[in-house]
Amino acid sequence: MSDWVEACAAGDIDEEDVIRFDHAGRTFAIYRSPDDEYFATDGLCTHEKVHLADGLVMDDIIECPKHNGRFNYKTGDARGAPVCVNLKTYPVKIDAGKVLIQIG
Amino acid sequence: MVIIGAGECGGRAALAIRDLGYDGPVTLVGDEPHPPYERPPLSKDAMTGEAPSIKAIATDALFAERAIRHIHSVRAVAIDRVAHTVQLSDGSSLPYDKLLLATGSVPRQLPMPGLGSRCVYLRTFSDALAIRAHLSAGNRVAIIGGGFIGLELAASARKLGAAVTVIEAQPRILMRGVPAEIADIIHKAHEAEGVSIRTGQGLAAIADDGNEVAITLTDGQKIDADLAVIGIGAVPVTALAAETGLAIDNGIAVDEHLRTADPDVFAAGDCCSFPLAIYGGRRVRLEAWRNAQEQGALAARNMLDADEAHAAVPWFWSDQYGLTLQIAGLSDEGKSIVRRDLDDGAFILFHLAEDGRLVAASGIGPGNAVARDIRLAEMLIAKRAKPAPEALGSQAVKLKSLLAA
Repeated sequence: MSDWVEACAAGDIDEEDVIRFDHAGRTFAIYRSPDDEYFATDGLCTHEKVHLADGLVMDDIIECPKHNGRFNYKTGDARGAPVCVNLKTYPVKIDAGKVLIQIG
Repeated sequence: MVIIGAGECGGRAALAIRDLGYDGPVTLVGDEPHPPYERPPLSKDAMTGEAPSIKAIATDALFAERAIRHIHSVRAVAIDRVAHTVQLSDGSSLPYDKLLLATGSVPRQLPMPGLGSRCVYLRTFSDALAIRAHLSAGNRVAIIGGGFIGLELAASARKLGAAVTVIEAQPRILMRGVPAEIADIIHKAHEAEGVSIRTGQGLAAIADDGNEVAITLTDGQKIDADLAVIGIGAVPVTALAAETGLAIDNGIAVDEHLRTADPDVFAAGDCCSFPLAIYGGRRVRLEAWRNAQEQGALAARNMLDADEAHAAVPWFWSDQYGLTLQIAGLSDEGKSIVRRDLDDGAFILFHLAEDGRLVAASGIGPGNAVARDIRLAEMLIAKRAKPAPEALGSQAVKLKSLLAA
């Protein structure tokens, strides 16, 4: 379970924003919160498999670009219709200016 | 709590009533045999996907768990507002304290002789299955009406290899609510995919012999098709409300709380017209998925005495081929347009009122290229913001920065 993967450089993501990261056939979304912390979730919305990285980050919420399904990206919690299934989250750490995520 | 209409709006309302902690009886009445399901995929994935299935909003099991009674395949036939009861087509009667009419809309019927079994409409899952059966490669499909349903179906039919002709009486497609610049992109995308679009053409005659439809246009051109799909708009389902004496004004007329003149009867979604506060109380009726969802939830809150006014900005989307269009606000409120170009040919048109207020934003591009900026525009519209046109027009200026201003 110590399979940390380098996703991007810390500066690649703006504050209160998200980018897409593809790795080994999977896709993830990497977030930088307004208070400069980093988080990672599965990359696709649980409603219709849309890439969340095209969505809008406001505070600790990512909103799906397609149908406005909302999740708390820090916990993965679905926040109301149309989404009802939570997002999977992944541990993140910053090492020498790189964002690493632990893909279980 | 009784809800008539088990579509997106009614289904969401039923769940919301429970989410709000109400523990009395909740009954949802619908005339389709299915649990409430999402309709937007019917013109898209349900047509082109491997094995079409219903995308349910809630399963029977979830309704059972939430103690929501879903009476399906049954129609409400009358409302007695004095006795507070609803009569159903199976002869039974339901008492209510609060009633929500979420009866939706039905396709506008083409008022012409000559229509037969090969002339169809799309509203339900079973309509979608019937259409799909005719969309195989080599078949010819005529689509009457260049609106969203027709164009999404045209895209799906091309994906399946059918030959497609779209007939539109107006001088261009998407005349209602979509700026010409964006309609033009969609028009060209369809032509590039092999769709023949005939604009400015009325129908002189239709002859359907049950195997083939022969269409004659007003200019004399003839189009033969294996199937004609009619998509010329939708009309709200208001008969039940009208018969019980509720006011109808392009839909069941409700106030900003979605309440009719009867304080115990609400209406929401496609079937109702309501005042939009952000446009000075202009009365509108919206046929859109998100509106159905939001109003279902809002009606639920107000049925439980929240007394909350509708405040959402209208929003909808359409997917055709790889393109997605999104529109926030009502663009006909605008007097001038500012264009913002994004990557990959995507762009957004911002519609500004005379006083500089942002009243709508219309965007188109590949995939979800415009989604984020349209969402931010929606927030700016809700804030009644007057952003500087130069800032809106420059991709270098982040829209998020304008929100804080």
